[in-house]
Amino acid sequence: MGHYEAPIRKPLVTGNKTYHQISVDVAKPIEGQANKQWWIVFSISMVLFLWGVGCMIYTISTGIGVWGLNKTVGWAWDITNFVWWIGIGHAGTLISAVLLLFRQKWRMGINRSAEAMTIFSVMQAGLFPLIHMGRPWLAYWVLPIPNQFGSLWVNFNSPLLWDVFAISTYLTVSLVFWWTGLLPDFAMIRDRAIKPFQKKIYSLVSFGWSGRAKDWQRFEEISLVLAGLATPLVLSVHTIVSFDFATSVIPGWHTTIFPPYFVAGAIFSGFAMVNTLLIVMRKVCNLEDYITLQHIELMNIVIMITGSIVGCAYITELFIAWYSGVEYEQYAFLNRATGPYWWAYWAMMTCNVFSPQFMWFKKLRTSIVFSFIISIVVNIGMWFERFVIIVTSLHRDYLPSSWTMFSPSFVDIGIFIGTIGFFFVLFLLYARTFPVIAQAEVKTILKSSGDNYKKLRDKNGK
Amino acid sequence: MSREKKYWKSEIQLDQNNGLDHLEHNEFVEKIPVDNNIFSDENINDVSANRRDFLKYLGFSTSAAVLASCEGPVHKSVPYVIQPERIRPGIANYYATSLFDGFDSANVLVKTREGRPIKIQNNKLSKYNGHANARVNASVLSLYDSKRIQGPTINGEDVSWDTFNTNIKAQLNSLKALNQTVVLLTSTIASPTTTKIINSLIAEYPNIKHVEYDSVSESAALDAHEKMYGTRALPFYDFQKAKSIVSFSADFLGDWQGSNYDHDYVKGRIPNRGVDGKASMSKHIQIESNLSVTGSNADLRIPLSINDQKLFLAHLYDSISGNNSQLKKLPEALVAKLDYVKAELLSKKSESVVLCGIDDVNAHLLCNRINDILKSSVVNKSKVSYVRNGSDSNVNEVIDNIINGKVKGVIMSGVNPSYTLPNSDAFSDALKALNFSVCFTMSADETSEYSSHIAAAPHMLESWGDFEFMSGEYSLCQPTIKPLFDTKQFEDCLLTWLGSDKTFYDQIKDNWKNNILNSTTSWNSALHDGVFSTENNSFSRKNNSMNFSNSAKQISSGDDNGFDLILYCKTGMGDGQQANNPWLQEFPDPITRVSWDNYLTVSKSDAEQLGLKNYNEANGALNSNYAIVNVGENELKVPVVIQPGQAKGTVGLSLGYGRSKGLKDEMKTGVNAFSFYNGFSKNQKAQITAHYEIHEFACVQLHNTLMGRGDIIKETSLETYNTKEKNYWNAIPKVSKNHIETPVNSREVDMWEEFDRSIGHHFNLSIDLNACTGCGACVIACHAENNVPVVGKAEVRKSRDMHWLRIDRYYSSEESFNSDIEKKDNISGIGQSLSVFGEMEEPSENPQVVFQPVMCQHCNHAPCETVCPVAASSHGRQGQNHMAYNRCVGTRYCANNCPYKVRRFNWFLYNNNDEFDFNMNDDLGKMVLNPDVVVRSRGVMEKCSFCIQGTQSVILKAKNEGREVEPNEFNDAVACSAACSTGALSFGDINNEKSDVYQRKQDDRVYHLLEYVGTKPNVFYHTKIRNTDKDKSI
Repeated sequence: MGHYEAPIRKPLVTGNKTYHQISVDVAKPIEGQANKQWWIVFSISMVLFLWGVGCMIYTISTGIGVWGLNKTVGWAWDITNFVWWIGIGHAGTLISAVLLLFRQKWRMGINRSAEAMTIFSVMQAGLFPLIHMGRPWLAYWVLPIPNQFGSLWVNFNSPLLWDVFAISTYLTVSLVFWWTGLLPDFAMIRDRAIKPFQKKIYSLVSFGWSGRAKDWQRFEEISLVLAGLATPLVLSVHTIVSFDFATSVIPGWHTTIFPPYFVAGAIFSGFAMVNTLLIVMRKVCNLEDYITLQHIELMNIVIMITGSIVGCAYITELFIAWYSGVEYEQYAFLNRATGPYWWAYWAMMTCNVFSPQFMWFKKLRTSIVFSFIISIVVNIGMWFERFVIIVTSLHRDYLPSSWTMFSPSFVDIGIFIGTIGFFFVLFLLYARTFPVIAQAEVKTILKSSGDNYKKLRDKNGK
Repeated sequence: MSREKKYWKSEIQLDQNNGLDHLEHNEFVEKIPVDNNIFSDENINDVSANRRDFLKYLGFSTSAAVLASCEGPVHKSVPYVIQPERIRPGIANYYATSLFDGFDSANVLVKTREGRPIKIQNNKLSKYNGHANARVNASVLSLYDSKRIQGPTINGEDVSWDTFNTNIKAQLNSLKALNQTVVLLTSTIASPTTTKIINSLIAEYPNIKHVEYDSVSESAALDAHEKMYGTRALPFYDFQKAKSIVSFSADFLGDWQGSNYDHDYVKGRIPNRGVDGKASMSKHIQIESNLSVTGSNADLRIPLSINDQKLFLAHLYDSISGNNSQLKKLPEALVAKLDYVKAELLSKKSESVVLCGIDDVNAHLLCNRINDILKSSVVNKSKVSYVRNGSDSNVNEVIDNIINGKVKGVIMSGVNPSYTLPNSDAFSDALKALNFSVCFTMSADETSEYSSHIAAAPHMLESWGDFEFMSGEYSLCQPTIKPLFDTKQFEDCLLTWLGSDKTFYDQIKDNWKNNILNSTTSWNSALHDGVFSTENNSFSRKNNSMNFSNSAKQISSGDDNGFDLILYCKTGMGDGQQANNPWLQEFPDPITRVSWDNYLTVSKSDAEQLGLKNYNEANGALNSNYAIVNVGENELKVPVVIQPGQAKGTVGLSLGYGRSKGLKDEMKTGVNAFSFYNGFSKNQKAQITAHYEIHEFACVQLHNTLMGRGDIIKETSLETYNTKEKNYWNAIPKVSKNHIETPVNSREVDMWEEFDRSIGHHFNLSIDLNACTGCGACVIACHAENNVPVVGKAEVRKSRDMHWLRIDRYYSSEESFNSDIEKKDNISGIGQSLSVFGEMEEPSENPQVVFQPVMCQHCNHAPCETVCPVAASSHGRQGQNHMAYNRCVGTRYCANNCPYKVRRFNWFLYNNNDEFDFNMNDDLGKMVLNPDVVVRSRGVMEKCSFCIQGTQSVILKAKNEGREVEPNEFNDAVACSAACSTGALSFGDINNEKSDVYQRKQDDRVYHLLEYVGTKPNVFYHTKIRNTDKDKSI
């Protein structure tokens, strides 16, 4: 009876899979040769990445002045990119941790890649706080390590310091969680490997997984514990990132709504990125049977809901600005919508609030092409959200004498594109070397949610 | 017993035979083989070193030798051969001196460190207007100008001074023998001793003709004064006595007649309450074409073209004198204004004054006459000013003679006619053709280019001199540093040519002892004080009778064709002598806030008609298209700034830019407007057409209006100030706590724990918006004191100016700031707010103007301090907000979170970097750096420190002398407040009830900038009071 699932639920694994076929399907991209498309995309990503590295070296060797920042706008693309990447990371943790606790089985098809995306995007995000510093070689000063500078210590009042802890914790927990889940799958690859080198590598990374019952028991336990640890992180990390702004005194930043608003936005953009990646990957790696249309539809629903939450937050912000009666607050929001950066605001509104509303239509949310387009649009919108918050709040704050404008330099753009390149380099390498589906977990639901078993049950009337 | 006391060092001492005694006396157990030189001949055979050891020694010594031969940093430091008596490392010495370059005059104190002058401060002993303006403050950097010429040359060849002088003497003698005219062309000589030397030179060489030439002429005022009162001098005005000031284009807070009147003017502008609680202040009406600093401070400003001004003045004369000069009718719109001005003048009678800045003798005559009719006590009857003496007719004559070849030799000092003459090309050609032309100059400028003899002149800070800026007011100039280069003063050379063996110093001393000093003052004390006043003055005022109606008639008949071009001098650049001074180039103009340029100021409606545009690039940088300006035959392509307040039909263009020789390429900015300076009149007629090319400006302020934000600059009218409660015009903002309106500065709404700030010093800076004229002396003083880097035009364009102290300038969008606030408060609904805020971004055609100096506010609850992850920004016990540069990692979070946007980031390395080739990139320019303030590296944040190096040294000094700090001693330790001549800035210890700053804090005009944010700044402002109540009717 453990395999019983209500007939009304759609199968999560299609294509009459057997356990062996799952192993074969998952191992195929690893064991096979990379095709031409992979090499093309990889090369482009690599070029972008190297270009980004060049821009970073230029920045560090010459000074932050090579960016477009000025005396009024002290952060722009750097922190926009930072928050954007951190936000994207949130879907992975949500899928693997929160959905695990809520026993949402559909997460199993996508959690591996979503977590990989989390880790890779947190790596991109982590770059920005480092390189945005005027003197990045002293970045270790933000760590509370014993030192010989006298009684100098970090400032625990500073949200930037909280960021340091939040992000490093997040990266650590995500990495451990991901790797734990990978152990049985690595072991499967190891067991299938023919080449001694591969076998050696995969036996190393699978930490000697033997598949004994004790292994599985510990595996289940640690998964639950890590899920429990990671769940508050889903809320806390972006909450803390939002504190960078919320605890400041700048109109447009100083907003109590930021924590929930940022978390919702993060999940929103994270799911969009998962959609972007998986819609391509399921096709390229022939994983349509594991990442089904239903997965995409469910993710689209999450996008729609979080998009609506974000939309509510935007409107609440406007309302509170008006309701506060504070002229600076009112002007900050008026300026967002109608000032010199009105186009950024309306790009954000269009992409984040209006576009997800299409997902109310079943036809649209089950359309692969449409889902892909919306997933891209949402991430553009979320980038603009951070740009709007950071740049339009700063460029016209209290004293009109200091008001100015911001325009990015080629280095700003280069570094952003570089991180996109870096992200895809990592993701493409991952897709060729890691089991991209949590096959061990998928196998546990095959009998309950596999289409062949479902059909069998229908036929037998059970 | 106690003598026997034994201290045990260890238990081993218990053992008698431990051998410790032996060890104690023989610290080195084994003998050091000092004699065992293995390379000495005796030992060489006993050496145990084998082949391998040899190779080791060889290898080590080779590599050591190689390493030693690598070039390490070589710091050349030359010790004093004779230790100077008064120089103590780390302690600054101050010397009183005076500066006069033909344009600016000042009595100053020069701060020297280890023998280097590094800063210029005001000499408080100076009685009349001797304070230093922005240019004088910056002149210390011109001393270390890397483009200075370093020795005399004849026809391009370096020679010794002996050869140089012998050569000149020979030339002079031969010209004398032939009786051919030699012209001695100098700037105004306000020096009694120099005048004597020149007189004896002329006695020796009668063929020498001396002509004084002011680059910016005040000849009209001088001529008028000479005609009416018999003395060729400029009148001196006691602004302190003025209750009513009517000024026709006289920019007396700028450089009008070379006098610094701002101190006296401001005295009458501060509304101190009398015994009856009523305050009064002077009324200032400015009638002008360009928006000047003076006009910005006026209560009522009437923008008029030059012709209208003249007509207005003529009518004013008629109505005050009761004459009927049969003038052209005054335009209808001006009649009410004329009545108003007349009523204002007559109501204050002798306490009113009319000033003239129109370059027309008749206009000056009329103004003088009106003042006489009013019996104005503002015009000082016993003192006149001698800082300008040039006569246009003399200069014209002599220049014509040079051009015509009637003159065979020219000696020039303190002038640059090849740059400042309207017909400079003809002059340069004539100069080139001369065999004998001597040019005393500090840099290889435009004139020296064509001179046969170039005499390397010292900077004022390396020179001796004496001045009589005002009748009876003498001052001395003394060197504060040994001449950096092989330079000689003009006067010393004159003496050599005269065959005198005395130096100029001897002459001054003799002259002062014999003719100037009285029995009570010694030479040494006069030199120490730098200034000396005497009652016996040489000025006696005659009253010549004249026909003023004629004058009135003459000035009222001007033609109205074309635009009125009004040439003026920018606060930063003056007449252009210091064009190679990066501080001044980067100094934002008080009005337009544009640095690194001059430009044509055009009114908005004229700009629209002509098709001239200002617009901002995506990064906020200001661009404009060019205007082609034609004056007579001369044509210039000039960028345009659309200037609110510019009278319609007029345009303004500043002199002093467009220098081409003797300066770095970066400093070759702007266009030379002297080519339009025909007849030495600042008022010209011009034809203007638009040109499509785009000019890039470096403007530090993109947004010009206050957007109705009344709590940034609080202001009210005098009547409201006198009749209403403080709460009406200077209310403390309130926030609602538990539905109770609570003032933001009360304990209950404070989220922080309060420290006890009553112990020790607690510094506050007071800024009186009524007293700040926007002159910018503090900006340059701060530059000098704090080693603030110059970043150059391209970086300023990117909004990356580094000034720690800026003077914000706002225009009202309606006719006044109060109507801005009203307009904003009356907005109802979203739709209206969209359109109204858009309208409020545009300044009015004739706006009210306000200046607000803003520096770090040193908040007690500083938003920057909480956000720094490494605690580089933290609070001091004395109220300062510290910035630890060494600790800063450069996240810029503090700057983002600063509501006042006063933090400045080092985007690049600004010193020792060829990309920023300003004074911090060469050894000479670095000599101006203040050794007490660290030069910041790239990647760190910097900002105003309340000059902590200054306050600490005051505390230390008091401590060393075993006394308490004097109540106002801190004020002069801080660069901005020390430089402020009007008293707008006052710095001090708020815990000392005797201090000025404490007294000022008790004033009911006090408010804090953005008080509602709750930052509790240690800088406070005084509400601006405008004397505008009666203006509303007109």
